[in-house]
Amino acid sequence: MDSQNTFWKSAVKNGLLAGAIGLYSTLVGLVQAFNKRAVIEQLSLGHITLLLSWGVVAYVFLNHHRESESKGKLIAAGALVGGLGAFLVALLPMTAQWVDYHFVFVHAGPEMYSLLTFGKGPWLGSAMLVAVGALWGILIALVVSLPTFWRDSVVKAFLITITVGLLSDLFTGMTIGWMFQPFLGVEGLNILGAVLVFGLSIAYDYWSAHRKPKESAEAVATEPTGVTKSQLRRMVVGALALVVVAGLPLLLGSYLSHVLNMVGLYTIMGLGLNIVVGYAGLLDLGYVAFFALGAYTMGLLTSTGPLGIAHWTFWEAVPFSILVAMVAGILLGVPVLRMRGDYLAIVTLGFGEIIRILALSNWLKPLIGGAQGILLIPKPPLFGFKIQTPIHFYYLILVGIGIAAFVAYRLRESRLGRAWMAMREDEDVAEAMGIDLVVTKLTAFAFGASFSGLAGAIFASYVGSIFPHSFNLLISINVLSLIIVGGVGSMPGVFVGSLALVGLPELLREFAEYRMLIYGLSLIAMMLLKPEGFWPEPIRKRELREEVGD
Amino acid sequence: MSEKIKYFLERLSWVDIMVWLFGLAILVIAVIGVIGSIHNAYYTKEQWMDFVVFGISQGGVYALIALGYTLVYGILFMINFAHGDIFMAGAFTGYFLAAKLNQYGIYNSHPIISLLLIMLLAMVTSVVVALITERVAYRPLRKAPRLVPLITAIGASFTIEYTFRGLYGSGVEAYPDMKIFVGKTSVFGLRILKVHLLVIILSILLMAGLYAYVQYTKAGKAMRAVAEDKDVASLMGVDVDRVIVNTFILGAALAGIAGVLYALIFKQVHFFMGFIPGIKAFTAAVVGGIGNVPGAMLGGFILGIFEALGPGLILEGLGIPASYQLKDVIAFTLLVLVLIFRPTGLMGERLSEEKV
Repeated sequence: MDSQNTFWKSAVKNGLLAGAIGLYSTLVGLVQAFNKRAVIEQLSLGHITLLLSWGVVAYVFLNHHRESESKGKLIAAGALVGGLGAFLVALLPMTAQWVDYHFVFVHAGPEMYSLLTFGKGPWLGSAMLVAVGALWGILIALVVSLPTFWRDSVVKAFLITITVGLLSDLFTGMTIGWMFQPFLGVEGLNILGAVLVFGLSIAYDYWSAHRKPKESAEAVATEPTGVTKSQLRRMVVGALALVVVAGLPLLLGSYLSHVLNMVGLYTIMGLGLNIVVGYAGLLDLGYVAFFALGAYTMGLLTSTGPLGIAHWTFWEAVPFSILVAMVAGILLGVPVLRMRGDYLAIVTLGFGEIIRILALSNWLKPLIGGAQGILLIPKPPLFGFKIQTPIHFYYLILVGIGIAAFVAYRLRESRLGRAWMAMREDEDVAEAMGIDLVVTKLTAFAFGASFSGLAGAIFASYVGSIFPHSFNLLISINVLSLIIVGGVGSMPGVFVGSLALVGLPELLREFAEYRMLIYGLSLIAMMLLKPEGFWPEPIRKRELREEVGD
Repeated sequence: MSEKIKYFLERLSWVDIMVWLFGLAILVIAVIGVIGSIHNAYYTKEQWMDFVVFGISQGGVYALIALGYTLVYGILFMINFAHGDIFMAGAFTGYFLAAKLNQYGIYNSHPIISLLLIMLLAMVTSVVVALITERVAYRPLRKAPRLVPLITAIGASFTIEYTFRGLYGSGVEAYPDMKIFVGKTSVFGLRILKVHLLVIILSILLMAGLYAYVQYTKAGKAMRAVAEDKDVASLMGVDVDRVIVNTFILGAALAGIAGVLYALIFKQVHFFMGFIPGIKAFTAAVVGGIGNVPGAMLGGFILGIFEALGPGLILEGLGIPASYQLKDVIAFTLLVLVLIFRPTGLMGERLSEEKV
C-alpha cells in the first residue's frame, strides 16, 4: 500500500515537473518562436517543444517504473503526468483574463494564448490542451511498455523523423532538391514523408539487429586477415569522403556553402583551442582575442580603405596574422604561467575583454577605427582569379582546415604533444619527469593562438569589413562549447561539434535568438550526461567515466 | 639572514623573474601615469573626492557579490561562474515590482517599505535561481574533475542570461527614481549623492551581519567546518549538503540585494548586466583572498576605488583620451597584478597551490 502511495506521489511530482518545464519553454518564448517552423504538415517545432518537455519527464519517470508496475498503472500514470503537465501550461491562457502576464513576460500575449489553446478560446482550448497532454502521456506509457528493442527503436525513429522534418530545408536548398519533393510539404515533411522516415528508421534497426551475429566490430578488429580488409575499406571510405567534401558546395548552393564556411572557420578555431584546452588542459576563455588579432592584422595590412597601412594581398598578410596571434599567445602566456585552473580561466577571459575594449576605444581609433572598424578588406587573389563567392571561400577554408588538422595531428603525436598531455594530467608529476613546464605551456598558447589567427585572417577577408562587436566573448564560449560537445581533445569531435553548434543554428533561423540559451543548456547537459563528448578521444573517455563514477 | 637570501636565490627561477618583470613593467607605467596626472592637475580636489565616494559605493556592491563567490569557493573550491547572473536575476525581477509600485504611487509615498519589498523579491528570485542551478548543474558533479563543474558553471551562466532575456525581453529597463534619494547630502562636510550614501551604509550593514553570522552562529560554524574539511565535518555530524545549500542561499540573497543597490546607482537593468559586475566581483574576491570573508569585503572596496580613480589618475596621465572607456581594463590589470605578486590575495592564508 505504501509503495502504491509513493508511486502516485512521485507521478504527481513528475507531472508538476513536466508542467514547470512546459511553462518555462512557453514563457521563455521557445514554443512561440519555434511555432513558425512546420516539421510535419501542421505540426510545428513549437508543438514538438511542448510535447517533448512533457514527454521527456514522463518517459524517464515511466521507464523507471517499467519493471515494477503493471501496464494499466503505467498508462494511468502517463495520462496523469502528461495531463498535469498540460494543465499547468493551460493555467496561463485560463487566468490571462485576470492577470496581465505581459507586464512581466514579454512573450505572454494573445498570440501565445491562442497558440496554446488551438484558437478555441481559454476554456475549450485549455481542455483540449489537457486532453492532448494526457493522450501524449498515454502514448508514451504504451511505448515504454513495449519490449526493449521496439521501445528504443520507436523512440529513435521518432527523434529521427523530427530531425529530418526540421532539416527538410536542406533538401529543398540542394540542386537535386526536386528528388525529395513528393515527401515534403510547404515546409517540413508531409505525412507520407514522415511515415516513410519513421518506417525506414525502424526497418534499419530491425535489419541491423538481426544481421549482427554475422560480422561484429570486434571480430573485424581481432581477425588478422580483417585488418587489411578494414584498411582497404577505410581507404575507400576516405576517398569517397574526399570526393563528397570537394563536390559539396556545388551540390549545396551559395547559402549552404556560407553556412559550411562558418562551420569551417569555427573548426579551425576549435582545432586550435583543442590544443590549449584539450591537449594541454589550460582553460582559455579569451580565445577570441587571437581571432580578433588575426582579423585586425589582416585588415590593417590589406585594406584599401584609409586605415590600410600596407595594401598587401591576402597571401602576404596571412603569415603575419598568424605570427601576431602567436606572439600575443606567448605574451598572454607569460603572466599566467604560474596560474592554474580557475584563475587561468578568469584571467584569459579578462584578456579577451581587454582586447575588445581596446579595439572599441577612442584611444586607438586613429589606428584601428574604433567602433567603425576596418572596411574595404580585399578578397584574396589567386593566379589572376579572385576568391570571391562563398563557394570559392569554401575551398580556401577547406585548405585552411586541412593545414590546421595536419599540424594539430602531427603536434599531438610529437614529443611536445605528449608533454602537453602529461602536463594536463598532472603538472607536478610532469615537471618531475623532466618536462619544462614553461616551454610546454607557452608553446600550447602559441600554437592555439596561431590557429585562431589564421581563422581570423580568413574571416576578415571573407566578410570584407571587421568591427569590434564581431569579437565578443560569445565567440570564445562558442568555440569552447563546440570542442566540449564534440569531445575535449578529439579532432573529429571538433568538426562534429562545430557542425552541431554552428551549422545547425545557422540552418534553423528561429534558433538565432535562442542560440546562446541552447549552448548554455547543451554545455550543462553534456557535462551531466556525456562529459566525454559525442566523439571522444578513447583515453579521455575512460578517464572521465572513471572519475565521475566514483 | 644571509642564509635566507641564499635559499631564496637558489629557489628563484627565471619564470618568476619574467613574471615579476612583467608585473613591474605594468606598475612602472601606472606610476608614470599617476605622476603625469598629478603634474597636469586635470581634476579638482572635489572631483577626486567624488571619484572616491563613487568608488566606495560601487565597491560596496562588488563586495556584496564577491561574498557569494568567496563563500561558495571556500566550500566547494569552484568558481560559481553564474553568480553574476544570479545577481542580474534579482535586479531584473525587482524592476517589475518597482515599476508596479511606482504606477500606484506607493513607490514614492512609502519609499522605505517599497525598497524593502523590492529587495525581498530580488532576494527570493536570486535564491530560487541559485538553488535550481545548484541542484541541476552543480550537485551531480561534485566529485567530477575540476574542469567539469567550471564548464557547467559557464553553461549555467549563459542559460540564466538567455532565460531571462526570453522571459523579460532584451530591452534595457530603468528603475524609477525614488524621490527621497535624489540629490546630494553632506556627511562630515563631504557632499555625497544620497543614493551612494544609502548603498554604502546598507552594504556595510549587510557585510557586518554576514560576518557575524559566519563567525558567531552555529550554522556559520558548520559552514567554516565544511570549508576546512568536508569529510571530517561530516563525521562530526554536520549535514554537508545542507550547509552547501545554505551557502548558496546566503550568497544569492546578498547578490539579490546587491542587484537592487546596483540598479539604484545605475538605474538600468537588462539581461546581460550581471556579466561584467560578476567578473569584477570575482576579481575583488581574488584581490582580497578568495575563500576569505573579510577579504572579499576589502577586495570589493579596493577594486571599486581603483576603478573609479584609475582612468583619471593613471590613464589620463599617460595621455589616453576618453579613458573612462578603459576602466574595465584597469580592473583586469589589477587582477593580473595581484595574481602575480600575491596569488593568495591580500588577506588570503594558505591556498593557491594546495587548493587550486
